Amino acid sequence: MAPADVQAEVLGNRRLSADYNVLLLDAPAIAAAARPGQFVMIRTGPGTDPLLRRPFSVFEIVGDGGRAPSAFSVLCKRVGPGTERLYRLEAGGCLSVLGPLGKPFDLVAPPAEAWMVAGGVGLAPFAALAGALRASGVACRLFYGARTAADLFYLDDFAARGVALDLATEDGSRGTRGLVTAPLEIALRGRPAGAAVTLYACGPEPMLKAVAALAGAHGCASQVSTERVMACGMGGCYSCVVSVRDSSGRARFVRSCLDGPVFDGAAVAWD
Amino acid sequence: MADLTVRIGSLVLKNPLMSASGCFGYGLEYAGIVDLSSLGAVVVKGLFLEEREGHPPPRVVETPSGLLNAIGLQGIGARRFVREKLPELRRLNAVVVVNVCGTTIDEYAEVSRILSDAEGVAALELNISCPNVREGGIQFGSDLASAGAVVAAVRKVTPLPIFPKLTPNVTSVAAFARAAEENGADAVSLVNTFLAMVVDVERRRPVLSNGMGGLSGPAIRPIAVRMVYECAQQVRIPVIGMGGIASARDALEFLIAGASAVQVGTANFVDPLIWTALAAGIEDYMIRHGIARLADLVGTLERGR
Ligand SMILES: Cc1cc2nc3c(=O)[nH]c(=O)nc-3n(C[C@H](O)[C@H](O)[C@H](O)COP(=O)(O)O)c2cc1C
Repeated sequence: MAPADVQAEVLGNRRLSADYNVLLLDAPAIAAAARPGQFVMIRTGPGTDPLLRRPFSVFEIVGDGGRAPSAFSVLCKRVGPGTERLYRLEAGGCLSVLGPLGKPFDLVAPPAEAWMVAGGVGLAPFAALAGALRASGVACRLFYGARTAADLFYLDDFAARGVALDLATEDGSRGTRGLVTAPLEIALRGRPAGAAVTLYACGPEPMLKAVAALAGAHGCASQVSTERVMACGMGGCYSCVVSVRDSSGRARFVRSCLDGPVFDGAAVAWD
Repeated sequence: MADLTVRIGSLVLKNPLMSASGCFGYGLEYAGIVDLSSLGAVVVKGLFLEEREGHPPPRVVETPSGLLNAIGLQGIGARRFVREKLPELRRLNAVVVVNVCGTTIDEYAEVSRILSDAEGVAALELNISCPNVREGGIQFGSDLASAGAVVAAVRKVTPLPIFPKLTPNVTSVAAFARAAEENGADAVSLVNTFLAMVVDVERRRPVLSNGMGGLSGPAIRPIAVRMVYECAQQVRIPVIGMGGIASARDALEFLIAGASAVQVGTANFVDPLIWTALAAGIEDYMIRHGIARLADLVGTLERGR
């Protein structure tokens, strides 16, 4: 389906910390069409500096009651002038938003389990994914790592959806000390033989690579959501390429905006 | 209604707006949200004879009001383009211009021949100006004799309108425009990107994997306008201008400075629906100034104060 280019009203800006915020956007055309794992391109303001739109995963898809969703949110981390503007926005402001874009996650069905693995702002696609998976009765776990306890967000929200949490922090202030792939590996070893598990991962590239390797070693499928520098999001520029093996095993650069951002972890040619 | 048509060689375009090569994929990527037939022409990504992988990422980095890229001309090659993309572009009534690349003069001619034999290519833009590939590209565009030789070789094999795309990374762009005209080009297009670099100071390395890249976007516009003006002064063939166009006003600067048509690249990344606003803005201006035909606006820059 073709993406929509809409002027979305900011319904709320929830600042989670000094660096993270969640923008809730009124955009029925995008919210109703968006699938977990897809993304939008947001113009952070008028003018030419910053020039380009920024890509954001669809974080939550929000509807009121049984009706089609009318709003969605994005999880932002303040890293430069564009995300700085998004951090400061107030409700009532307006943003140009293009989407939904890209290939969504493939959703598993019970009895298969879904284990999500998030590193830092890599939590971004998982609220929507957890929502969709829980709605179809899939057992979900979230392995979630950050630098420190204060950078772990939405824990109650995931717990309320019935998602089991496994936390890790680099400084040990919450959960396991170290990288999130450590508790993941322990859980993979400990799971009952024959239990089908699909790993869904989003975060720093070394983490994605490690998750894909663990999935391979433990006989699981993995779907990784890549976060490349992206100029257009539409397939126009060839900037956001990821090296992926085709059926003959040959690695080729494919555009993550069109063929991703979600890829089969086993197909990515990690360097 | 103002008459926006543009003539380039034997080709008549319904308006002066073209996508810039490499900034609009093969056109089809945008077909869901843009009526491709509403553009004067769709200029597609640069094509060699064979497929090309391009450079490893990172391939782009943003700069103040600009974009630095070193894509490395990733592409599917001329034959696959003809097989896989052209039929659909024709069905959508797009006026298709292909950006032709080569590592040798023979390759430019061979790619041009294949595209001329195919049904549905309206014109060829000869990319002798890509700053991001060593062989081919800029190597031909920064030497007057080679630039002329590419144009002459392609002229021999195609009846289609041809226009070399010139690099701004030379002392006198106008000299290259003249060489193109002398060798049978129907027009020239300019500018391609400016060779540039961004340094990651923490790592003391260039940000782009290829080291240097080409700068585009509003940051380069005033230089591009100056170069288009210089070329238009020196050749009789049409000049197709580009470099940082992001509004109708920007496009008008180029037209007044002497461009018969314009291309839009980087701004399409920001606003893929820019085309309607550009056409409406140009038409408004013409009505406001009592100009009936676009051709009567081209090159009307007044001298003096
Ligand atoms: C990502 C990117 C890819 C490009 N690829 C090509 C190409 O394949 N062939 C070409 O002739 N020019 C290419 N260009 C140059 C543009 O067509 C255009 O000349 C330049 O960007 C200036 O226009 P702009 O400021 O409107 O983008 C590319 C530019 C960008 C930003």
